Amino acid sequence: MSRIETDTVFVRRDFLEPEAPPASLGGFPGWARKNLFSSPLNIVVSLAMLFLLVWFIPPLFKWLFVDAVWTGDNRDACLPKGDETVGACWAFINAKAAQFTFGSYPADERWRPALVMIAFFAGLFWIAVPKMPRRREGVWLMLTVFPVATFWLLYGGFGLPIVETSNWGGLLVTLVVAITGIVASLPLGILLALGRRSKLPFIKIVSVVFIEIWRGVPLITVLFMASVMLPLFLPTGVNFDKLLRALIGVALFTGAYMAETIRGGLQAIPKGQYEGAASLGLGYWQSMRLIILPQALKIVIPGIVNSFISLFKDTSLVMIIGLYDLLGSIQRNFSDANWSTPSIAPTGLIFAAAVFWVFCFSMSRYSMYMERKLNTGHKR
Amino acid sequence: MTLRDKTADETPRSWVRAVLYDATIRGWVFQGLVLLGLILFAIWVIHNTAANLRAANIPFGFDFLNMRAGFDISQKPIDYTLDSSHAQAFKVGLLNTIIVSVLGIILATIVGFVVGISRLSSNWLLARAATVYIETLRNVPLLLQLLFWYKAVLSVLPGPRQGYALPFSINLSNRGLTMPRPIAGDGFEFVMWSVPVAVALAWAVARWARNRQATTGQSFPVFRASLGIVIGLPLVIFLALGAPLSFEIPELKGFNFAGGMVVHPELIAMLLGISLYTATFIAETVRAGILAVSAGQSEAAFSLGLRPRQTMRLIVVPQAMRVIIPPLTSQYLNLTKNSSLALAIGYPDLVAVFAGSTLNITGHAIEVIAITMAVYLALSLITAALMNWFNARVALVER
Repeated sequence: MSRIETDTVFVRRDFLEPEAPPASLGGFPGWARKNLFSSPLNIVVSLAMLFLLVWFIPPLFKWLFVDAVWTGDNRDACLPKGDETVGACWAFINAKAAQFTFGSYPADERWRPALVMIAFFAGLFWIAVPKMPRRREGVWLMLTVFPVATFWLLYGGFGLPIVETSNWGGLLVTLVVAITGIVASLPLGILLALGRRSKLPFIKIVSVVFIEIWRGVPLITVLFMASVMLPLFLPTGVNFDKLLRALIGVALFTGAYMAETIRGGLQAIPKGQYEGAASLGLGYWQSMRLIILPQALKIVIPGIVNSFISLFKDTSLVMIIGLYDLLGSIQRNFSDANWSTPSIAPTGLIFAAAVFWVFCFSMSRYSMYMERKLNTGHKR
Repeated sequence: MTLRDKTADETPRSWVRAVLYDATIRGWVFQGLVLLGLILFAIWVIHNTAANLRAANIPFGFDFLNMRAGFDISQKPIDYTLDSSHAQAFKVGLLNTIIVSVLGIILATIVGFVVGISRLSSNWLLARAATVYIETLRNVPLLLQLLFWYKAVLSVLPGPRQGYALPFSINLSNRGLTMPRPIAGDGFEFVMWSVPVAVALAWAVARWARNRQATTGQSFPVFRASLGIVIGLPLVIFLALGAPLSFEIPELKGFNFAGGMVVHPELIAMLLGISLYTATFIAETVRAGILAVSAGQSEAAFSLGLRPRQTMRLIVVPQAMRVIIPPLTSQYLNLTKNSSLALAIGYPDLVAVFAGSTLNITGHAIEVIAITMAVYLALSLITAALMNWFNARVALVER
């Protein structure tokens, strides 16, 4: 009997291969069903978005690349001939590239700002990438030797021909304003932040008033003040360079914002750290320098980078008081009779936007990266 | 013992040391020095300024405010002519700043909330589009965006004759947005007055419904009822009075429109630029606020039997708003301060009119800049004070 059973009963010896999920759940259809068409509302939204993208992206792409003019020496290249439509006028950017980078810096001397920019980005890479060796020395080098060398190279003297700041322009001015602003505002911000947290009533009041006044007014009025009021405040005959005046305004303005960022870091340091420093017999400045600030500044690195991003965007405002930064020199060239066509304004502005975007976006990514990296210390 | 003898020996010197190293005394000396330095600096600046002003022959004072301005302003919400005073020009500029700020705040809030919530949407396309929008616009300077809207978009629109005709006789051309101007007829003021009455009524209904729910547990559709009252009451009065409102339709005369109401391209560019830029920051604030409400809150609400919509309205939104509102206010403040960039595209705001034209004509740099800064400063301080009051009110009361 048992024989018969073993003959007729089927016993599976190995597992079935798992079947592929239904086509509607796997691959792109499944993904689309889950992420795009999960409910009636989502279907409507997805279709509307698709319609919007189809309506918007191809013409933009066509204008930017397909119909664009890439080469040419003057406006004729970018003027529509007959019926054809003309897109972006990249020939204009190409022809003016040196001016957008250095302004009217003499052509023979342009290696100087170029050298400074290369040195700056190399130095930045050195101190910003955590894996690089001797970063501490790098920071000191960038804060001491680099500014002096930069000033010498850009302005001249000691063997180099002098180039007045009125000839500086383009990306060079943008970088000079942004970097001077950040470097000058850091110590100012630290002092103000310490002052605002000070127990001495008068120091505290002075710091609070200073910070709140600068934070309460738009940067334009600060720049106006620097350009029309500052000369009145100085003894008759003393005349500041226009760029220097703008730099002073930007540094004071950014200093106030920096102070608030750093104050956030100071407040995040537990009281035990202050008490620990005091119990070791350290005085106020010693405990700040050795215990509190190293920790506080480390916490606020993302905040400082964010301040730097907004400062970098704000440098474009110096255009309004007649300095030609990147945006200013592009804007000035719109009225160049050699190139005046309808398409240069959008082309120039999109180019400027792309440059600013690359700088600001990479800084914001760096800030997020540092935030993640610095957070690990507090995880258990 | 020896220790004690030693101190006794050096009493005079230790007294000096005690004073020198006393933290309180040091503090006061230090503050005194800072005060002295500030006073000397102020005297020096005032002395220089007085000398410079004397040399330039500009008397210090605010008399120039009553002088004839002699320049025109393109957008005049109140009466202003070439013969008006600089004080009147100041008022026009201030009003224009307020107009662009208020409209900008409304638009930026709407766009910001929509984009912020979209970024959290489960719809992949919508969330990605919101992210791309935020990351693109907030990393490009506002000034550049304003110039882009003004020079690359609005200036290249066709003229009034070839302009885009939109519904309701609205026309978009390089002269701006032309639309019919409403003209209030007899009795329209009653419609206007009925709005605050309706709001008060809706508030009373909400209060009654809350009390009833607290005592009897019966709920009442407050939102729908309030909406009905606020829209319905003015509408009923409007219709009862025989619709006392007519429109002046703009007509093409020559190369431009006559009649109607015009929104200048400068204002459109300002509103587009400033609200789309600020909306990116508001969107991030909103997203952070919603993410700050922990998932446990929604789960607890569901387990109490609340529906998703109720959970959103009663549990999530109130808690998210507590996180959202302080940074939102500072964004509003930023928007107001950023409206000063209007100068670059020729929108006549406070800075363009007063710190631009008036300053150039009169040369009273110190007074003009001081007044301009004071206006913005007052605005910031008032907002900050309101914010502190609000924060103290809604702050979580912990054990």
